[in-house]
Amino acid sequence: MPETSILSDDFIRELINVGEVDILVGVPTYNDGRTVGQVVQAVRAGLLQYFPRERAVIINADGGSRDGTQDLVRAASISDLSVAPDVHALRTLHSISTHYEDGPASGIALRTILAAADLLQAKACAIVAPDSTTLEPLWVERLLRPLLRDGRELVLPVYRRHKFEGLLIRNLVYPMTRSIYRCPVREPYPADFAFSGALGSRFLAQDIWTQEQGRHGTELWLAVSAIVERSKILQCFLGAKTRSETAPADLVKAMRESAGVLFGSLETNFAAWSSPREPLEAPCMACEPTVSLEHSRLNRKRLHQMFAFGVTELEPVFLSILSQPTFDELKRLAKLPEEKFEYKEDLWVRTVYEFASAYHQAVIGRDHIVQALVPLFRGRAHTFLTENRDASADEVEANIESLCKTFERDRPYLLESWQGRK
Amino acid sequence: MWQNFINELNRTMHEIVGGLGRFLPRFFEMLTLVVIGWLIAWVLRAVVRSVLRITRFDKLSEHTGAASLLRGAELPAPTEMLSRFVFWVAWLGFILVGVNVLGIVGVEQHISNFFGFLPRLFAALFILFFGLLAASFFSRAALLGGVNADLPSPRLVSLALRTMMILFVLSMAFEEIGIGSETVLIAFSLTFGALMLGLALAFGLGGKDLARKYLERRFAREEPPAEHAHDHEDELSPL
Repeated sequence: MPETSILSDDFIRELINVGEVDILVGVPTYNDGRTVGQVVQAVRAGLLQYFPRERAVIINADGGSRDGTQDLVRAASISDLSVAPDVHALRTLHSISTHYEDGPASGIALRTILAAADLLQAKACAIVAPDSTTLEPLWVERLLRPLLRDGRELVLPVYRRHKFEGLLIRNLVYPMTRSIYRCPVREPYPADFAFSGALGSRFLAQDIWTQEQGRHGTELWLAVSAIVERSKILQCFLGAKTRSETAPADLVKAMRESAGVLFGSLETNFAAWSSPREPLEAPCMACEPTVSLEHSRLNRKRLHQMFAFGVTELEPVFLSILSQPTFDELKRLAKLPEEKFEYKEDLWVRTVYEFASAYHQAVIGRDHIVQALVPLFRGRAHTFLTENRDASADEVEANIESLCKTFERDRPYLLESWQGRK
Repeated sequence: MWQNFINELNRTMHEIVGGLGRFLPRFFEMLTLVVIGWLIAWVLRAVVRSVLRITRFDKLSEHTGAASLLRGAELPAPTEMLSRFVFWVAWLGFILVGVNVLGIVGVEQHISNFFGFLPRLFAALFILFFGLLAASFFSRAALLGGVNADLPSPRLVSLALRTMMILFVLSMAFEEIGIGSETVLIAFSLTFGALMLGLALAFGLGGKDLARKYLERRFAREEPPAEHAHDHEDELSPL
């Protein structure tokens, strides 16, 4: 029991009453009253339908919600459930809701769930996002079965998403993770994922929990650490992932949680990515096309304006982060009218790699470096939207694949600039 | 008469020789102190230079803007500058102690003043360095925040913040070393007051509608007007 000190006495008492379990499903929440009831019901249905013989518990770690989220979780846990007339649990399905201190922070919620899983010696543990309103009972099966049956250690999701959703994942986090760590995981920053009890204990033993990556972007950090230690990873197709209506499109926050954490991981795992390594396989189970094409009304003009404004205003900041040729190229781009504007792949990759090196060398405050990437990402998002405006799902996939290849091709550039030779 | 002259000459010669006899040991003592002081100052300079290089002081100074100031004035890099400063302060201290050994009337007071001034000088330098660092950090934070929030003139806001902080830091540093403290304080108060009054007038007169809208949105939680409802655009979905 290495991390029981972070759990409250009442929570430990409840966990002791549950006893050892085979499966633990964690639901981290903060003011998710609108959706959490539906999610917990779907999780219960999944557990009853697909794992009736296993001892299971649902743990809700709440960051101090004021909209009655915890009450809704408890209500959903005891409500009548009609999965199918012939489905009955052979064991009691426990549900516990606890409140963690110093929240809200998804990392602390995750740590609470990991500590509970460690205490209950769970064989398999799944984390489910409280806003996954499209969650079906089948998701629970797909996430957990490979851990219990096939000896997999980490199961990451693959969703069907709109072609213009997850732009930061598609333009930076996925291609960069894939090329640097040589593992093609589509969702390295997963909302819903699962891991074995042994891997969960190793996650818990990491020394990140008092640092920033132990509070925000923790899922990405843990996924990368599993890749680095060459865990047995499987990707499973879950279905459509709808965008949360309440999730703010705060780009700075998203950039800190994704690019910031990824840049930080490069430093910790330098030995792992700087030397030649065999690619790590992450096969995809039941995979289907991942891009959907519904209508979207994104304002590209505004993205272009904010890019140009950012490049002009942040010149002194960029001069300490970027090389002169890269910055000159960006300045030239910023002067172009919108119809001629194109932030090409190779320039974008060079920009990201120079930012990663500047982050490593701490040329200015690291948080400032991450913030400075935001206006440039807007420019890249503009180009991505333009080139994929009328593209089919296959064409979008091909464009993302091409970006991944560019990230991979320019990997030596990162190493050179990392070591200060650029 | 001739005998008197010889006697006086002898006495004078004795006094000179006696004086020299008393002065020369002190002089050599002073010379020894100066030489030892030079050696100690040289070692101190080497130590300070190494410590500053290890702690990447030049990079830190680059962040504060101090390095670019020095470059502009064609002065050496901050590490070199500070290590030379330590060398000269240490050596000057030894020279003054050496001069004190000579027993020249009135010098003691000046030497005592010099050593009394040193802690305040270091405190002022400390305030200046970390003040510049803070000014640089906060002005950059304001610039990035302004750009990412799409606020108008973030560079101007950042520059204003930086100028204000530097003025504040300078006034504190000058006050610490006691150079024109009142003048600097008054100048700072005037500048700060004028700036605040200007901003108050600008925001009060120019931004009253904006302020009203903001307050209504913040506290009254009004629904957006119906004519904007169908202008709704999708927000960028980063993750």
